[in-house]
Amino acid sequence: MTFNLFLQHLTNGVSLGSLYALIAIGYTMVYGILRLINFAHGDIFMMAVYFSFFGVATFGMPWYVSFVVAIILTCFLGMLVERAAYKPLRESPKVNILVSAIGASFLLQNLAVVVFGGRPKAFPTVNLFQQVMTIGAVSLQRLTLIIPVASLTLLFGLLFLINNTKSGMAMRAVSKDHETARLMGVDVNRTITLTFGIGSALAAIGGIMWGMKFPQINPAMGIMPGLKCFIAAVIGGIGNITGAVLGGFILGVGEIMIVAMLPSLTGYRDAFAFILLIVILLFKPTGIMGEKISEKV
Amino acid sequence: MKRRDIILTSASILLLLVFINFASGNLDAYKVRILNLCAIYTVLGLSMNLINGFTGLFSLGHAGFMAVGAYTTAILTMSQVTKQQNFFLAPILPPLDKLNVPFLFALLIGGLLSAFVAFLIGAPALRLKGDYLAIATLGFSEIIRIVFTNTQRITNGALGLKSIPNTTNLWWSYGAAVITIAIMALLINSSYGKAFKAIREDEIAAESMGINLFKHKVLSFVIGAFFAGVGGGLLGSLMGTIDPLMFRFSFTFSILLIIVLGGMGSMTGTVIAAFIISSATELLRFLDQSINLGFVVIPGVSGLRMVVFSALLMIVVLFFRNGLMGTNEFSWDKIINLFQRKPLIKRRLGQ
Repeated sequence: MTFNLFLQHLTNGVSLGSLYALIAIGYTMVYGILRLINFAHGDIFMMAVYFSFFGVATFGMPWYVSFVVAIILTCFLGMLVERAAYKPLRESPKVNILVSAIGASFLLQNLAVVVFGGRPKAFPTVNLFQQVMTIGAVSLQRLTLIIPVASLTLLFGLLFLINNTKSGMAMRAVSKDHETARLMGVDVNRTITLTFGIGSALAAIGGIMWGMKFPQINPAMGIMPGLKCFIAAVIGGIGNITGAVLGGFILGVGEIMIVAMLPSLTGYRDAFAFILLIVILLFKPTGIMGEKISEKV
Repeated sequence: MKRRDIILTSASILLLLVFINFASGNLDAYKVRILNLCAIYTVLGLSMNLINGFTGLFSLGHAGFMAVGAYTTAILTMSQVTKQQNFFLAPILPPLDKLNVPFLFALLIGGLLSAFVAFLIGAPALRLKGDYLAIATLGFSEIIRIVFTNTQRITNGALGLKSIPNTTNLWWSYGAAVITIAIMALLINSSYGKAFKAIREDEIAAESMGINLFKHKVLSFVIGAFFAGVGGGLLGSLMGTIDPLMFRFSFTFSILLIIVLGGMGSMTGTVIAAFIISSATELLRFLDQSINLGFVVIPGVSGLRMVVFSALLMIVVLFFRNGLMGTNEFSWDKIINLFQRKPLIKRRLGQ
């Protein structure tokens, strides 16, 4: 493999990885605060892609308006899912909440089939992002560079929000202990809703960029990215936002590199994430940057 | 067991035999197919309930075990000619092309292979708990599916297997269902079953009572996988065709729906829910087709059926957390009390 080809694959991997990272942040934030795998997150991501698709294709909005509307709608969808599917079960056994999450995921997916139609659609092209440019010997779409820049900017914005604002402090408090946070005057329900809103907005941004990168969209498109991004969050140490981003990059670059270096394993591309997950769970269950949770009796 | 209960149980099994005999001769193929599905989903539901409901291990890998059972049974029962027709892209791997065993042995081998896979998966995965176990088992199930999609010379890859001999009939499916119910009932009431339930209620307490957690978890996982494999084999033979896409996560979801609706930890609930869900799957088919009310035609929306199912699961989880039966089981005493119209509590007080 020539060095140029390697660079080409690396940029593709980093680009895919930053998409994974954006979605993984949503998983990790929700897990950090509720100790719950938000199975519906992948489907919220899918809905965002459809929202922006319909904004441009059906309502004839310019792409930037459509994208903003899609992000806002997705944000509300995320909060709605939390209110409807998770809030009523906050005190019940974990299995029930997990089943409810799986139910919400399938409901969104099947609603999408009914409302949007099951046939794949073509995501609108935006020339500004999709023009091909050449740097040295590497030629790539502008999008390939825009994605990592946008993801890292959002990550730093989010870290600032969490570490330096009052809402961020509330989030950190709730993730440590709901009861104590409530006694300290934190509105726990509002904080949880806010967390879902932010996570869904990031998934929406990831989804729109995903749609531009892989323009064929269908109602089942959220499943695989959803699972893989959850895996990314686990690899990085679930509950840790920087970890989720790191996990996303490892997964994205690893996946592209495996296909590039060992073309005979192309069919096993999707298995790579799961194998990595199992290896990580067995040897370092708390992930690369996760904190150790001790067992209480 | 009381003598009265033995008589009543034998009588109901006899009644079931008479019904199957009647049904296989007189009902049309469509109804027989639905009845078959009811029995197969009973087997699948019970196998998943043993792992998730009775032992409290939240496993989402059921579709993988079913795939192992279905493929093994199909390959072992297909004739040499059918195999040649199926594997036109690449010839089937040598020892498999001539292998042909009777259906019963094929089912058992399918179940055993599935149990063996579960043992290999369980040994590392069962050290995990809760969410992590759920996601790891889901991962293993996806890996099984991806491997089956890529092993062209063993499973025929994405093309799947077609014209699998249709051996499954009402006798096979209901026989399997009754045997599964009997074995599960014996297992649940044995000391192993009590250990499973203890693990479900509180792992730490169970461990301090001297229960070997790992051994019992693996045991439950392996037995559950065995029956999932048998159920998968029956299903493949009923359908006649299988392909890797059939065994996606949505298949695990429908079995999960059955055990949640019936009540996690109730065999009776699982049996009832398996019948409800598999008949409803067929009865609600009208939702996907257009409805003609005479004066107005409501256009059918394909996929609406699945929306109803997902909504149903949400409603059960949100409002009827214990499902139909909770953890209650069927017993002749309860039925007889029901007919005598005396509340159970009053009778107990009277004694």
